Amino acid sequence: MSRRSNVVPNVLYDVDGVAQRRNNRRQAAGRGGAKGRGRGKKPASDEEEEDEEEEDEAPRGRRGANKKKPAKKRGDDDSEDEAPKRKRGGAANKKKGGKAQDSDEEDSDAPKGQKGRGGKGGKKGGKEEEETKGKKGDAKGKDKGGQNNISSDSSSNSDEEEESMSEGEMARLMEEVEEKKKLIANIRNKPWRMKRRLTHLKEAQAFVDKFEGALGKGKGRKWYAYKVMMTKVLMGLPYGSIPRKTVPREEQDTAQDYSVLMDFNVRCSSYYFSTTKTLFLSQGYCKYSVLFYGFYNNERTIGLLKFRLPLSYLMVGIGTFGYSLMLVIRTMAKNADVGGGDGEEGEFTFAWKMFTSWDYLIGNAETADNKYASITTSFKESIVDEQENQKDENIHLRRFLRVLANFLITCSLGGSGYLIYFVVKRSQEFATRDDLSWYEKNELEIIMSLLGLVCPPLFETIAELEDYHPRIGLKWQLGRIFALFLGNLYTFLFALFDEVNTKLEEEQAIKNASIYAMKEYYANYSRLVNDSEATPPPMNPADVIRGPCWETAVGIEFVKLTVSDIQVSYLTILIGDFARAVIVRFLNYCWCWDLEAGFPSYGEFDISGNVLGLVFNQGMIWMGAFYAPGLVGINVLRLLSSMYYQCWAVMATNVPHERVFKASKSNNFYMGLLLLVLFLSLLPVVYTIMTLPPSFDCGPFSGKSKMFDVVMETIDLDLPAFMGTLFSYAANPGLIIPAVLLMVLAIYYLNSVSEAYKNSNMELKKKMQMARDEEKNRRNNTDSTNQVMKDLEDLLPNRSLAPPPEPEKPPEPEPKPTKTKPGAAGKGVNLQKDVALASPNPNARGPVRPGPGPGPGPGPGPGPGRGRGRGPPPR
Amino acid sequence: MGNKQTIFTDEQLDAYQVRLVCVFYSRLHGRYHELAPHLVPMDYTNEPHCKLPLALIVNMPELKENPFRNRIVESFSEDGMGNLSFNEFVDMFSVLSEMAPRELKAIYAFKIYDFNVDNYLCKEDLEKTLNKLTKEELTPEEVQLVCEKAIEEADLDGDNKLSFADFENMITRAPDFLSTFHIRI
Repeated sequence: MSRRSNVVPNVLYDVDGVAQRRNNRRQAAGRGGAKGRGRGKKPASDEEEEDEEEEDEAPRGRRGANKKKPAKKRGDDDSEDEAPKRKRGGAANKKKGGKAQDSDEEDSDAPKGQKGRGGKGGKKGGKEEEETKGKKGDAKGKDKGGQNNISSDSSSNSDEEEESMSEGEMARLMEEVEEKKKLIANIRNKPWRMKRRLTHLKEAQAFVDKFEGALGKGKGRKWYAYKVMMTKVLMGLPYGSIPRKTVPREEQDTAQDYSVLMDFNVRCSSYYFSTTKTLFLSQGYCKYSVLFYGFYNNERTIGLLKFRLPLSYLMVGIGTFGYSLMLVIRTMAKNADVGGGDGEEGEFTFAWKMFTSWDYLIGNAETADNKYASITTSFKESIVDEQENQKDENIHLRRFLRVLANFLITCSLGGSGYLIYFVVKRSQEFATRDDLSWYEKNELEIIMSLLGLVCPPLFETIAELEDYHPRIGLKWQLGRIFALFLGNLYTFLFALFDEVNTKLEEEQAIKNASIYAMKEYYANYSRLVNDSEATPPPMNPADVIRGPCWETAVGIEFVKLTVSDIQVSYLTILIGDFARAVIVRFLNYCWCWDLEAGFPSYGEFDISGNVLGLVFNQGMIWMGAFYAPGLVGINVLRLLSSMYYQCWAVMATNVPHERVFKASKSNNFYMGLLLLVLFLSLLPVVYTIMTLPPSFDCGPFSGKSKMFDVVMETIDLDLPAFMGTLFSYAANPGLIIPAVLLMVLAIYYLNSVSEAYKNSNMELKKKMQMARDEEKNRRNNTDSTNQVMKDLEDLLPNRSLAPPPEPEKPPEPEPKPTKTKPGAAGKGVNLQKDVALASPNPNARGPVRPGPGPGPGPGPGPGPGRGRGRGPPPR
Repeated sequence: MGNKQTIFTDEQLDAYQVRLVCVFYSRLHGRYHELAPHLVPMDYTNEPHCKLPLALIVNMPELKENPFRNRIVESFSEDGMGNLSFNEFVDMFSVLSEMAPRELKAIYAFKIYDFNVDNYLCKEDLEKTLNKLTKEELTPEEVQLVCEKAIEEADLDGDNKLSFADFENMITRAPDFLSTFHIRI
């Protein structure tokens, strides 16, 4: 501490001289009031808080000065007191300067900066002050007196000074200060050695400090640091990934009257127990639970707050789609933006791979190993690309094979579609029978899962014929699997709609029966009681004859599908990955060939397939959530559990995929699939909402002819009348058709604009290419004499020993050896070192220099036992 | 706070401050000191001259896994042998920090990849770079091909080696350069 105060003030005093005094005075003037008020007390005012950081330095300086140099002159002592403050919190000073001058500009910003350190500084300062109060009591008194004196008299002095400075001088000075400041700001861009930088910096800073205060300008350096920090914090925030989950329907449940719920459930289940005796989960109790559409009733408003369940059911259903669409499209647009940045792929493929592929952040041995492998693969990929470009192959054979492959795949797609249609039809037959085996009951799910298991490998085998570039091949493969899934799902859906239609017919009969039974009941009641006036108690809901409630049936199908999907995927991991890994690992000890490197090997983690699975699962959620709100919850559980489960499986049993694909590159591909799935799952749901009549006795829309009627009802009953007319105008085809037309035109316009941009982009690219070629030609003839090169030369170690370099660099490398003569020995050593570096294990090399510190520890070299026995890196 | 007050004078600190936030210095110096506690003084006010050898520095966890660690350290040392004074040490991490500008990074990247310090990236340099990057998994023919292609792509003046201008022209357009060429400490 004391050393600090010793050295600094002296130096500063020497350097800054007069300007120092002026600054002091400025400070003192700014601070005088605060000091007078706040000294010795706890920091109370804002200004005091701002000063804290300087103030906790100040006492030190004061103490030191008083102790060590008691004999110094009053004036010296005084300015020394101020010096540490000034120097230490250079930024704060400037901030204050700025505040005094352009307070309107900085006022709003400054408090923020203070807040960051205000608490800490304030506490510290307060403590320190209390500690040193007694010691410096007398010194302070003197100081204050001195300061006040000085500030009062020097203020008049400097006023004169400033007035005496002419306008021109001011301008010149200002310019110079600006220049120096620019130097300070840019000094880190300069490729200078640290020493040189420091000296330059010192000079520039001294200059700026000297005159900036005088000119009353300056930007708080602390404020800048704070800003940088804040931007970092803000920019560092991870972007929200695509939310997999839609708005949970469960929110609606909380509004439900719970006693009603219990009552309903119990009765339903007892009814079911008593009548059918068969109870298996998805057809029994669960059918009437919150999981499904049928649970919600059609009461218009619930409770005190008049929660409109039917309306909100519809709105949430539609709003989910709207929100998802918006998210997907926004993400796609953002990705497209990013993708546009590095459009010039072909230009520097190899050079970029070579110089920018290593991530310098990697500090973990295993990550590094993976990175090596991935870099190697990417190089190999590019090499293959290159060779492919040069290769001249039999195009006709290739085309024939591709057509053949596509034909085969179309066949298998159609076959799988037909199979599913067939099975669904059969299951409808089965539905009328009671004596079903387990297989017959779950046939549909089993077939679909089997198709999902068998087809992708089949496609992969067929795709071998096509011999595409791996990346394109992967896209084809994914597209085909996607088509398979989607085709299956849609076949399933159409079959389901068949079923729904039969149910709707059936429903009509049941409705009549139900009404008849109701009448019967009332008639019986009045006959039994013999009093036609008495209102009969409502019929026990368990006894009412119920319709089939097709919405719930659809929901049940989706839940069944999801559950079987979960089972299949978990079992696949357990058998296909875990059992395989165990077998490969342990049978390897007693087997005739190397199981790990040879045939079965370990399972690969199929990233793209898994992403596709997620996309598809999301589609099922979108489609099924309207009929089975509980599906969302089931899927949340499923995704959570499968995340941990698959994480374990990947870590324990899988090896990385043979080819490492950059996820960002195919990002929009997956997003496009997601959008397609969203659109396709939107269709059936919207179709049912708009056209099919809801069941007459279950669900929030019972009793309406269309689900959409609930909106009309709300408009009619709850909104003021003019809103109704407004909506009726809005729903008029005369308005809708022009609106659609307008949108189509807008799309057309935007599309043509983007086409034009694309064209101009191409033009610019061509121009750039031409400029590049031109420059190439030009450079072939002239020397490169630019500033950066000179700076670079300056940096060379050998150059620092050599005499000052001539500005012109000879283009031919012949004079080089003579120039590097002094460092020739060093060069030789370097070369040797490089050779040593190239040896496979750098850690085998002893310490290059016998450093007195702890020698190089045994770094985790690429030992032979590393990894999970993965064979040679992928080829 | 307490740390740096005893290590640096105000002036030194102030000078450093322009380049990085001041907390970095105590931390950086902490790291520097850690490498050889008995060599590096905790007191920098009288500007002592001490240098740490390459072997110590490349063992920092930040550099340990880097295939170019020796080149990094060498290119930041004034003598080209990899002995770093604290100034050079700070230099290294400030160039490799996120805040360093692209041009500066490009200059030092060039120095790092220039194995034989002849101011050009010639074919040997590229071969060495490639072998370090891939742990010599590629066959010699593949290495040849890649190096030729890389030079062909980036070479503007047709001398079959990359001058700094060529390199800069290439690297400033690389989308990943800024995100990969930095080290957090």
